[in-house]
Amino acid sequence: MTTELKAGNEKLNRLGLDKLDYKGRPSTLCSGCGHDSITSQIINVCWELGVDPQHLIKMSGIGCSSKSPAYFMNRAHGFNTLHGRMPSVTTGAMMANRELKAIGVSGDGDTGSIGLGQFKHLLRRNVPMVYIIENNGVYGLTKGQFSATADVGQKLKYAGTNELTPIDLCLEAVSSDCGFVARSFAGDAKQVRELLKAALSYNGTAVLDIISPCVTFNNHEDSTKSYPYGKAHEERIHDISFIESREEIQVDYDPGTTQIVQLHDGPIIQLRKLDEDYDPTDRGAAMQLLEEAHAKQEFITGLLYINQTRQTLSEIHNLPRTALADLPSEKLRPSKEVFDKLIGDLLA
Amino acid sequence: MSALIEQPIEKSERSDQPPIVNDFTINVATVNGSGSQTANATIIRALFKMGIPVTGKNIFPSNISGLPTWYTIRVNKDGYTARRDSTEILVAFNSQTADADLESLKEGAVCIHPQDVVLKDKANRPDVIFYTLPVKQFVKEANVDVKLRDYIANMAYVGVIMELLGIEPEQVKAALQTHFKGKAKPVEINYNMVNKAAEYVRNNLPKQDPYKVERMNATTGKFMIDGNSAGALGAIFGGVSFVSWYPITPSTSLVDALNDYLPELRPEDENGKATYAVVQAEDELAAAGMVIGAGWVGARSMTATSGPGISLMTEFTGLGYFAEIPGVIWDIMRMGPSTGLPTRVSQGDVLKTYYLGHGDTKNICLLPSNMKECFEFGWRAFDLAERLQTPVFVLSDLDLGMNLWMTDPFDYPAEPMDRGKVLTAAQLKELQGKWGRYEDVDGDGIAYRTLPGNQHPAAAYFARGTGHNPQAGYSERPDDWENNLARLAQKHDTARTLVPKPAVDERAGAKVGIISYGSADPAVVEARDQLREAGIETSYLRLKALPLDETTREFIGKYDHVYVVEINFDAQMRSLLQLHTPEYATRLIAANKCDGLPLTAQFIADKVKQGEGKA
Ligand SMILES: Cc1ncc(C[n+]2csc(CCOP(=O)(O)OP(=O)(O)O)c2C)c(N)n1
Ligand code: SF4
Ligand SMILES: [Mg+2]
Repeated sequence: MTTELKAGNEKLNRLGLDKLDYKGRPSTLCSGCGHDSITSQIINVCWELGVDPQHLIKMSGIGCSSKSPAYFMNRAHGFNTLHGRMPSVTTGAMMANRELKAIGVSGDGDTGSIGLGQFKHLLRRNVPMVYIIENNGVYGLTKGQFSATADVGQKLKYAGTNELTPIDLCLEAVSSDCGFVARSFAGDAKQVRELLKAALSYNGTAVLDIISPCVTFNNHEDSTKSYPYGKAHEERIHDISFIESREEIQVDYDPGTTQIVQLHDGPIIQLRKLDEDYDPTDRGAAMQLLEEAHAKQEFITGLLYINQTRQTLSEIHNLPRTALADLPSEKLRPSKEVFDKLIGDLLA
Repeated sequence: MSALIEQPIEKSERSDQPPIVNDFTINVATVNGSGSQTANATIIRALFKMGIPVTGKNIFPSNISGLPTWYTIRVNKDGYTARRDSTEILVAFNSQTADADLESLKEGAVCIHPQDVVLKDKANRPDVIFYTLPVKQFVKEANVDVKLRDYIANMAYVGVIMELLGIEPEQVKAALQTHFKGKAKPVEINYNMVNKAAEYVRNNLPKQDPYKVERMNATTGKFMIDGNSAGALGAIFGGVSFVSWYPITPSTSLVDALNDYLPELRPEDENGKATYAVVQAEDELAAAGMVIGAGWVGARSMTATSGPGISLMTEFTGLGYFAEIPGVIWDIMRMGPSTGLPTRVSQGDVLKTYYLGHGDTKNICLLPSNMKECFEFGWRAFDLAERLQTPVFVLSDLDLGMNLWMTDPFDYPAEPMDRGKVLTAAQLKELQGKWGRYEDVDGDGIAYRTLPGNQHPAAAYFARGTGHNPQAGYSERPDDWENNLARLAQKHDTARTLVPKPAVDERAGAKVGIISYGSADPAVVEARDQLREAGIETSYLRLKALPLDETTREFIGKYDHVYVVEINFDAQMRSLLQLHTPEYATRLIAANKCDGLPLTAQFIADKVKQGEGKA
C-alpha cells in the first residue's frame, strides 16, 4: 500500500484506509437478513486488522449468502462462482497466488448439499481461506426449500416438516481434520468479529458456521435458525478474544480459566472458560461436544477446534511466494537448449 | 494339434511367390494385461530403427486383464500409417479369439500361434501359412519368476517375427534397451526369449511366406511418440503452471507425461521452489473449477479429460466463457454416448464441446492431426486462451493420444508467450484508474482484465456468471445483456482470425473436395492416392480449429461435392460446416464412420467412389 498513515487520524487503519474503503455495493438482500450483519462484521474486522483489500479475494458460490461478497470491500477482486463450487475455484486461485488471502461466503445449501463434496475436499487439501457458511437452514434464493442443515421437525411454510437428519457442517469439518472450526450466531456480533479475526490469521482453511437467520422464510419463533431462538438459546463454550500481538497480553491470566492459543504469525486467541472445561485443541473432544449438543438440542458457539499442525496445499506443493501468475516467461518456458536436448533424446 | 500337422506343408509351392517387402500388417491378438505392450513396442521400435515407416494401433478392451486385445502394426514403405482392415500376419496368442481371428484372415496370410492355442479350423485353411511354437516349453526353459512368465511368453512372437521377416537382431536389442531404460537384467531376460524363439524357427520352421523387411532410409530424423506425451510437452513449452485433473482413459497418460517431464524440464527455482503444481481433483467438476480459479488469478492452467469429464465441466465452461476466464481443456475423445466404448477412438465430442455450456456459448476448439500439432497446440492453446480470455479446448482422441506415431522433430515455439490484455498497476495509474473489465476498447471484442493481487486501488472487479455491464457491475438491463452477448460474438469472430488456419491441398482439375480433421487425416491422405489411381482427383482441406473461417467457405464453394470425413455417428462436423455455409449445405456429404476403430483409407475411397458413381 502506498497510502501513508496519517498520524492521529483515528478513522484510518494501519494501511491508511478509511472504513469506507472496505465497503461494497449496497446490499440487495431482504432488510434484516442475517447475512447483512455478517457482511458488516467482515467490513469492521478487515478494516480494524488492516487487511489489504488489494491482496484479498472474495469468493462465493450461489445463493443469497453467496451474493454477500459484492457488498463488502469493493477494492478487492471477487468471484461469484457456481452453486457449490466455491471450493474448487478458490483452490485454483490460491494455488496460482499463495500470497493472496481469501474470504469465502457460502450458504448451507451451497455447502451442505450441492457443494458438500467440494467442501470436504477443500478441507482435505487445507487450502488457506476463511470459509464462512451463512447458515439459515433454508434455501433463501430459491424461496424456502429445506436445506440439509435443517433440524428434524422443523417447519417451513413452503416445504412442510423436515423429517431428515441434519448435516452438521462443523462436525463434517472436524471429521476432515479442518484445523479451524467455529460456530457462531449472526446476532452475536462480538463473537463473530473475534472469530473472524482469528480465522483471518489462521494458516489453512478456517470454517465459520454462522447461524444467519433468513427473515423471510425461516425466522419463526420455533425455528432453530431464527433470531429469537438464537438469542434465547446460544450457549458460548468460552469467551473468545483475538489479540493481535503477544506484547498486548501483559496482563496476567489464570491458566485455569483462560486458554491461550498462539497463531502461526504472532497473534493470540484468548479463550476464557465459561462453565465447562473445554479444550479446543482436542479433536475427539470437539466431536463429542458436537454430538452431545446435537443429542441435547443445544446451540453451542465458539471456537470448536483448532489444529495448526497441518501443511497447506501450497506448502505441500512447495510453491514459491511469487505467484505462479507472476513468474516471468523465462521461468515458465524451458529454453531452446533444453528443447534441443529433449528432441535429441527423443531421436536417440 | 498333433505335431505332424504343424509341420510345414506344400512348402516349395509357396516359396516361389515373389517377396513382399515392407508392405503388410501384423495383427497381434493377446489377452489384456499379459504385458504384450512391451513386445509390440519392441517390434515397432526395431522396424523404425531400420528406417522403415511403421505405426502401431492398440485395439484394447476396457478391462485390467483377461479380455482380448489386438495390436496392429502396419509396415508401409510409402509411409501410409492409417489402419487397414486386412491382416497379412496374425499372431494368435489368445485362445479366446483365435478361431475368429483366423477366420477373418485373408487368403494366403500367415498365422503364428503357440501350440496350446488350438485352432479349430486349421485344417480348413490350407491357404494360411501356420507357424506353431512350443511357447510353454520356451517359458519353462527360460526359468524365470512366475510373475514374469506371461511377459516373457510374448517375447516369443517377437523372436518369430524377427526371424521370419528379417528384422535386425541388434535393433530388437536396442529397442529393448530403450524400453527398459538401459536396465541390463530385463533386457537380457527378454532378449534371451526372443533369441530362443528365433533359433527355434531357424531350425524347425522353414520360411514359407513372402513377407520380409528391408532396411530403408525413411525414418531418419524422425522419432516415435504418442499424442498425449506430445501434448504434455507442448503444454510445458507453453509455460503451464497449474494442472488439475481426474483420471479417465484415454487422457490419463497426458497428465502422466506432464508428471514425468515437468521435474526434468521445469526444475525448481533458485530457492528450491516449484514453478508449477499438478493437483488431482475429486472429480472433473472440481478440476474445471480449479482451472478457472487459477486462470482468473493469471496462471497458465489446464486439465485433461475425456467425454464423461467434459460433461461434468459444462457449467464451468459456461462460466469461463461468460466471465471470460482463460483455461485449457484437453479432451482426448473416446467413444460415447455414456461410458460407451471407453477404450476406443471417436470424434464424437465436436458439437458438444463447441457449444459446451448453457445458453449461447461457443468455444474455441483446436483439432490436432499429428504429433507436431499435438505439441504445437499444447503451447498455442495457452496463448489463445489468454489472448481471448476464454476456455480453449484441444480435441485430440484415443488414437492420437495413446498410439505411437512417427513424427518429424517438433519446432520450438517461434513466438514469445502471449499473455493477452492484462492491465498492470502502472498501466492503471496511467489510465487514472479508469477502466471497464468488459469494455471493448480496441474494437476486437476483447476487453482488458486485471489479476487479483494488482496493487492499484481501482484494479479490482467482481467476476460473475450473472448479467453484467461493461464495468462488471451486476445488471439485468436488456441493453447491457444484448450488448455483452454481441461483444462476445464479436470476440468469437476475432477468434476465427487467430486460431490455426486449415491446411489446404488443392489439385488442378479436382471436382471433389474432402474436409477432415484430427486422427482421420492419415486415412484421408492414403484414400486420396487410391482415388487418384481410380481416376478421381480430390482437393483436401484439413481443419485445425473451430470456429470455422473464410478459407473453409471458399474451399467448399469450389467443389461440386465435399465429403466430410470423420469418426462419429451424427456427422457432427458436417453439421457445423452446414451451419457455417448454409448456401453450400447440400454439397457437404457425410463420410463418417463410427465403429470404435480408426478409419481406413478403403472406407473413405469406397465412400467417395460410391458418391461419384464410380464404385
Ligand atoms: C446448478 C444449480 N442448481 C440450482 C441452482 C439454484 N439455486 C440457487 S441458490 C440455491 C440455494 C441456495 O441456498 P443457500 O446456499 O442455503 O443460500 P441462501 O440463499 O439460503 O443464503 C439454489 C438451489 C443454481 N444456481 N445452480
Ligand atoms: S430470502 Fe432470506 S436469506 Fe435471502 S435475502 Fe431474504 S432473508 Fe436473506
Ligand atoms: Mg441457506
